Amino acid sequence: MNVEFYERIWMWAAAGLLLLFLGAIFVTVGVQAIQPPSHIETVDPTALPTHPEFGTPAVRTRADGSVVVSVVAQMFSFSPDPIEVPANRPVTFRLTSADVIHGFEVVGTNANAMAIPGYVSQFTVTFKEPGEYLIGCNEYCGTMHHNMVGKLIVKKAAP
Amino acid sequence: MNGRHSLASAHIGVAVAAFAVASAMGLLQALSIADLPFPHRSESLYYLAVTAHGVLMALVFTTFFIMGLGYALSQESLGRITGRGLGWIAFALGLGGSAAAAVTILRGQSSVLYTFYPPMQAHPLFYIGATLLIVASWIWGGIIIASYRSWRREHPGVPAPLSIHGMLATIILWYLATAGLAVEVLGMLIPWSLGMVGKIDPMLARSFFWWFGHPLVYFWLMPAYVLWYTVLPRAAGGKLFSDSLARMVFILFVVLSVPVGFHHQFADPGISANWKLFHTVTTYAVLYPSFVTAFTIIASLEVAGRMKGANGLFNWIGRLPWGDPFFASVALAMIAFTFGGFGGAINAAYAMNSMVHNTAWIMGHFHVTLGTTVALTFMGATYWLLPRLLGRELRLMALARIQPYLWFAGMAVFSISYHIAGLRGLPRRVYSGSLTGEYGAAWHGLTRSAAVGAAILFLSALSYVIVVVATWVGGKRIPAPAFEFATPLRPATTLGIWDRFGLWTVLAILLVAAAYGYPLLHLYAHTRYGSPPFQPF
Repeated sequence: MNVEFYERIWMWAAAGLLLLFLGAIFVTVGVQAIQPPSHIETVDPTALPTHPEFGTPAVRTRADGSVVVSVVAQMFSFSPDPIEVPANRPVTFRLTSADVIHGFEVVGTNANAMAIPGYVSQFTVTFKEPGEYLIGCNEYCGTMHHNMVGKLIVKKAAP
Repeated sequence: MNGRHSLASAHIGVAVAAFAVASAMGLLQALSIADLPFPHRSESLYYLAVTAHGVLMALVFTTFFIMGLGYALSQESLGRITGRGLGWIAFALGLGGSAAAAVTILRGQSSVLYTFYPPMQAHPLFYIGATLLIVASWIWGGIIIASYRSWRREHPGVPAPLSIHGMLATIILWYLATAGLAVEVLGMLIPWSLGMVGKIDPMLARSFFWWFGHPLVYFWLMPAYVLWYTVLPRAAGGKLFSDSLARMVFILFVVLSVPVGFHHQFADPGISANWKLFHTVTTYAVLYPSFVTAFTIIASLEVAGRMKGANGLFNWIGRLPWGDPFFASVALAMIAFTFGGFGGAINAAYAMNSMVHNTAWIMGHFHVTLGTTVALTFMGATYWLLPRLLGRELRLMALARIQPYLWFAGMAVFSISYHIAGLRGLPRRVYSGSLTGEYGAAWHGLTRSAAVGAAILFLSALSYVIVVVATWVGGKRIPAPAFEFATPLRPATTLGIWDRFGLWTVLAILLVAAAYGYPLLHLYAHTRYGSPPFQPF
């Protein structure tokens, strides 16, 4: 194929730019182990009330000191609410839905995951700044979707 | 109506009608998010409007416009439409299906948005109507392919006209994409909505949806590129810079645009991180043909400016016909795409996605890409097509000249506002930007400015519809102008590697199988419980 000189330069430059973008992503994946929430686990959405974990959604501290928050999203609230977690400690969220698809977005942080009925979303976040955060549902879930908010309280960790 | 083009005109007419209704729905939403009062404002009306706007814009306006464009190009570039009668049957199916779906939406029975994620359940006619529209588009694709084959028998050994090359690529991509949708709608949603099965797996359904959902944007974009490559250089007074690279671009879209859907599902459970990374790589790869397009089109425009006597580094830009509504629309659409494309690269950036996922940023993003790059190109193309299809002079020329600029200005205000609001955390698709009433200080001014942008957009949309209607019913009758396609600086005269559709289609199918085979089988292998239906609207 006969390609004009300047166009050839452009095509190589464009390919280089895309490789640079991808390279940046692969560096964060490889070095910092950054991943989107990609846990694979199923749960019966019609039997959540009797589920050992999601029957009583709560903040629990494991023996090793790590914090696990089990969250159930349902029309039109999150439980537990508010969620209280310590600052500067890895907090693992385990999230599912009791009815339709919801979103779980802690505004001002990169905690942002889907709550899909029948599945458990799991991701770990460390909150550095103590304070109160807004949790918003960011997936349309019905007439009161915009009213589906919760509160996350990040407490200064005891020394 | 010009008899040879009656099929094309009918499709364009339906597209414009859908656009008109959808535009009004768009304005309602922006006012509502900004908490600006208007009569009958309510939650139900808002979510109904979101659904109507999405379905009518993203599915009905685009699909009908593309079908109309395909028929017009087939008639002009190939000199035939093989199966015109079948085309009218498909038209009736598509129109009937769209109308049925629209009625259930406007009656408030299907406020499930255009993504219709189960377990939210719409009226069965919503799914059936949408299916009929897709079936109509399948028949349309078959007719264009049949026309091409008939032409090919008479013209062995020469490359297809570039416009047809682009449409064929669009059609192949559409068949690959809608295969995923067919599994979701025919295999899951319709039986479930009719009560034949009790439960549905929402995760599986949405994975099939996004198999379709992202190539859908290339189904919109490729016909826009066809216009950029084959009509724009001529309208600007120049020549197409490179014919063979244009053919390469269309083929790359066929190969790369389907195996990318997981970049809409980064925040989903049920798909492992490595498969999301796979789709990230293909998503970046599919940016490549757009980069090449940017060069070829801008180089073609420079050729046009220089043919008109420009000799400086940049003064060719001023020589371009900025007062021509078709040229202005497409040029502004391309400017929007430089921003939209980089926004897309951010959305696809694996981890960075979590800062923007499902926030108002996304609304800002697809309104510069679909809402400007594609929609403004189609609006400009309407001004180019109508005299040629109807044999009528464009009426209200002054309004048609202003309209693209109005759209661009309105979109700039609208889209920038939502991009920033999204970065500050405003969730997408909320009836009220103040949420429960306590929140929104960080973005409330921005929802107001977005509403101002939406009002400007609505005025622009109204201008477009008025020009189309005035031309259709009262444009001065003229002999239909010829369809003038751009001639390339270096025409392709023999069949090359980029003309081998069969080969590339096989490669595309293999890539789709690689991208989706394992993750979907993995989902099927789990104990999946399923969800009963909900109708919270």
